[in-house]
Amino acid sequence: MKILVPVKRVIDYNVKVRVKADQSGVDLANVKMALNPFCEIAVEEAVRLKEAGVATEVVVVSIGPAAVQEQLRTALALGADRALHLETELNLDSLQVAKLLANVVADEQPSLVILGKQAIDSDNNQTGQMLAALTGMGQGTFASKVALADGKVQVTREIDGGLQTVALTLPAVVSTDLRLNEPRYASLPNIMKAKKKPLDVKAADSYGVSLSSNVKVLKVSTPATRQGGIKVESVAELVDKLKHEAKVI
Amino acid sequence: MAILIIAEHNNQSLKSETHKVVQAATAIGGEITLLVAGANCQAVADEAATIAGVNKVLLADNAVYQHQLAENVAKLVAELGADYSHILAAATTTGKNFLPRVAAMLDVAQISDVIAIESADTFVRPIYAGNAIATVQSADRIKVLTVRPAAFRAAPTGNSAPVEAITGAHDAGVSTFISEELTKSERPELTAARVVISGGRGMQNGENFALLNGIADKLGAAIGASRAAVDAGFVPNDMQVGQTGKIVAPELYIAVGISGAIQHLAGMKDSKVIVAINKDAEAPIFQIADYGLVADLFSVLPELEQQL
Repeated sequence: MKILVPVKRVIDYNVKVRVKADQSGVDLANVKMALNPFCEIAVEEAVRLKEAGVATEVVVVSIGPAAVQEQLRTALALGADRALHLETELNLDSLQVAKLLANVVADEQPSLVILGKQAIDSDNNQTGQMLAALTGMGQGTFASKVALADGKVQVTREIDGGLQTVALTLPAVVSTDLRLNEPRYASLPNIMKAKKKPLDVKAADSYGVSLSSNVKVLKVSTPATRQGGIKVESVAELVDKLKHEAKVI
Repeated sequence: MAILIIAEHNNQSLKSETHKVVQAATAIGGEITLLVAGANCQAVADEAATIAGVNKVLLADNAVYQHQLAENVAKLVAELGADYSHILAAATTTGKNFLPRVAAMLDVAQISDVIAIESADTFVRPIYAGNAIATVQSADRIKVLTVRPAAFRAAPTGNSAPVEAITGAHDAGVSTFISEELTKSERPELTAARVVISGGRGMQNGENFALLNGIADKLGAAIGASRAAVDAGFVPNDMQVGQTGKIVAPELYIAVGISGAIQHLAGMKDSKVIVAINKDAEAPIFQIADYGLVADLFSVLPELEQQL
């Protein structure tokens, strides 16, 4: 069976972001970019299913400017078989991304789509669910365990009170949580091999999906900074401050 | 304007997040309808009817909604929601699961994790792990929002809105519930607690988390953890506070043995008072802590418990 893994290029998670002075957005010039951590986990899971003999092909797809090919190559180096780049300079909402992916799903006919639960830039946590809705598939969000058997996928999900396990008819959409697996590092020989793997480029607007968004960002601002606190010398002083100064206990 | 809110519950009682979503909805203004979808959940609907500001409660009581599988609940909400101007749910794992599905079925965008309502079409939400705050305006005919409970007060009770049962079942037929494994806890829920005490990698192992119990008991606090503590297997992952875990904003947050990575701060930096206990004076947590104590947690925790 074929697995489709949508991946996103985002700011590296260790970078402390800076808001632009004109409040138009976050400054991304000369900032280190990387594969979204949840997408890395999604690629790893797909590659493991291939190594286990469950999957036959892993296809990765990314939407964005030419630079996203860097992240597609990373995914190929991690073990994906081929890549698809839907090129656009526009900043898309989850809904447009999901609509484009629904077209890719129609072309590729994967049995399973695995994607990250959220991108660490927009923090939306929407694309997987929207893709599942548009394709009519079942969804296993926030997955910490994925098992395939008898034409179904069993997904253990991280929910607020603990864990929940559901069974979904294939094809299905799974979104990854942090604890699904520990992604491998790409080895140098695999990085070299990844350069020879197929990477198709298509224009994102060739699918007939309207790429304009109904949501306008009016401004992006810096969060209120906290007042610098004080250091106390002892537990007694701490308890005293909490009782009499902060009055929280 | 007509607002539809999907109630968060466990078929027996309503969760406090719902009261907070109602509070957020009153800032939009308009008739508020609360939908309770579940199985054998009449008691939840009765409880929902007492929330101030709610005009009507819809009760969809059917076996297909028992575990609130996204595929089934989304079908119901998308069908009902077409007549509303706003659809809201709490930004919990339940709300995050079904609401984007609803939005896509209605062909509108979703605004996630709203922390402030500026007007009926303008909302404020954090991005980049809370390091930037975006103000967004939606031109969609239906605004679909998940609301961050920690950012709103709970709406008071003392109402008696009418409860209307709706019949019919929406079974998408692509998913089934297998099992559930819930963490048992006598303590208040993390997201609703007035005081939260969290441990990090500095706790060294799971047994040492017991050092937090006595303090939590005395303060009536919930116990949380950093991702490092969860990944190391000290505690279960539903205790995780942070960008990818729970977002809390208690009156008092005590961080013990937590360095203060960006991803952790995203989940707690809106707490009213933050206390940090860490032996590393350079730990980033001290930059946001109101009160910091540079000391070994193993000597401090017993002392703190004793002095409370």
